[in-house]
Amino acid sequence: MRQVMTGNYASAYGAKLSRAEVIAAYPITPQTSIVEKLAELVSTGELKAKFISVESEHSAMAACISASIVGARTYTATSSHGLTLMHEVLMWASGARLPIVITNVSRAMAPPWSVWADHMDSIAQRDTGWLQFFCSSNQEVLDTTIMAYKICESRNVMLPAMVIEDAFILSHTSEPVDMPEQEAVDSFLPSFSPELKVEIGKPMGFGSLVKPDQYMEFRYKAMLAMKAARERILRVEKEFKQVFGREYGGLLENYRCDDAEVVLVAAGSTAATAKDVVDSLREKGQKVGLARLRVFRPFPHEEFRALASKVAGIAVLDRSYTFGVSGAFFTEIKGSIYDCPKRPAMKNYIAGLGGRDITPKILEKIFDDIQLFVKRREETDVEWVDVAGLPRRWH
Amino acid sequence: MTKSYEEIPLTPISNTPSTMNMTGLWRAFRPIVDISKCKRCTICWKFCPDAAIKLVDFVPVIDLKYCKGCGICSAECPAKCIEMIKEGIE
Repeated sequence: MRQVMTGNYASAYGAKLSRAEVIAAYPITPQTSIVEKLAELVSTGELKAKFISVESEHSAMAACISASIVGARTYTATSSHGLTLMHEVLMWASGARLPIVITNVSRAMAPPWSVWADHMDSIAQRDTGWLQFFCSSNQEVLDTTIMAYKICESRNVMLPAMVIEDAFILSHTSEPVDMPEQEAVDSFLPSFSPELKVEIGKPMGFGSLVKPDQYMEFRYKAMLAMKAARERILRVEKEFKQVFGREYGGLLENYRCDDAEVVLVAAGSTAATAKDVVDSLREKGQKVGLARLRVFRPFPHEEFRALASKVAGIAVLDRSYTFGVSGAFFTEIKGSIYDCPKRPAMKNYIAGLGGRDITPKILEKIFDDIQLFVKRREETDVEWVDVAGLPRRWH
Repeated sequence: MTKSYEEIPLTPISNTPSTMNMTGLWRAFRPIVDISKCKRCTICWKFCPDAAIKLVDFVPVIDLKYCKGCGICSAECPAKCIEMIKEGIE
């Protein structure tokens, strides 16, 4: 049934339709309405789950870990400083191989204090061993939450996943969302039954101490699991399409890339805007495309290598900046295509930090700029977009 | 001996709970409670970071199997009734 709802309600209903059994959360702007909605659904009995109000995000993840260890399907949601406070326990969840699903409403890190869209919080967690999905619509937020459980809970994966939606642009903006029937979700997503769990009368230490002679083998196994997640994501999405009729393009969605000379790489809500920009530039005869980075972990190496062999230039838009390097997407994509026989010209555009609008006009100018850059490389390949005081005008 | 990655579980599992770790063996100082001075305020019990203090009629009984001898109970006791003495001295 189609309903109009915010990205946050889409997250909450995604968790509800997935029948999360334990929800532990601490409120933070702009995640709050996810938790409010779930608390309401639990209090009215619509969702049969244990709702735990905790004193911090660190505790929220700790509670999810404990619940997951005893075999409960768990969910939490947070944003920016909440996510970074969880950092230690995020590592614990993946190391203990617990398929917890979290929604991160991606928001800037302070200072300067900001509550608006930015990917710095999510990017800062890229090494924690979690799958990361960047969503571009409220429908995708809901659908990805359901798919994430199915992907993570499969026996050869057993890793946690982060579903990422941009602060306010998705979290607080209403869009039509098709809400699947509970019965359809139930048959798509069976209940969680891990091979290994702590039970009453069967005490165990989970994720306990190992000496240097055995540590690496456990990390190696997690590496294999993340590798296996790649195929699993593709397969689950195919199954999802068969049941619900929607698909999102795998790890890297190629939009009008087939005969493109230059492509823009973008993630999150900006990628949705970029599709419109690609359409309008195509009408003017420009051979441009969009590669929407949907899954950042596991990283779509194969997809980027295939793309690199087809195009003359890649513009990479990062809504975060790693100080002393460049945008994180940029470095990783570059590293990924280093040994490709044909390497396109690549330029990094840092834009939209702290929720600054990334307008269609700005994206058009990025497409113009990358087309020039292909012909005449500049000294710098990392450009900050729309910063007051810099000579270039973006409006 | 190191086991192959194929022979190990997803994450290290110990079949005994952590209560089997007798952390009392770590202790260099032992708390001695002077019950005659104890005001039964239970502050020591609240502060013990290892839950190694049990209360019997509101009087602390130290579980020496787990007490690491950190001395927090002794430092926090308002009545100064917990003394830390070096292990090995009777």
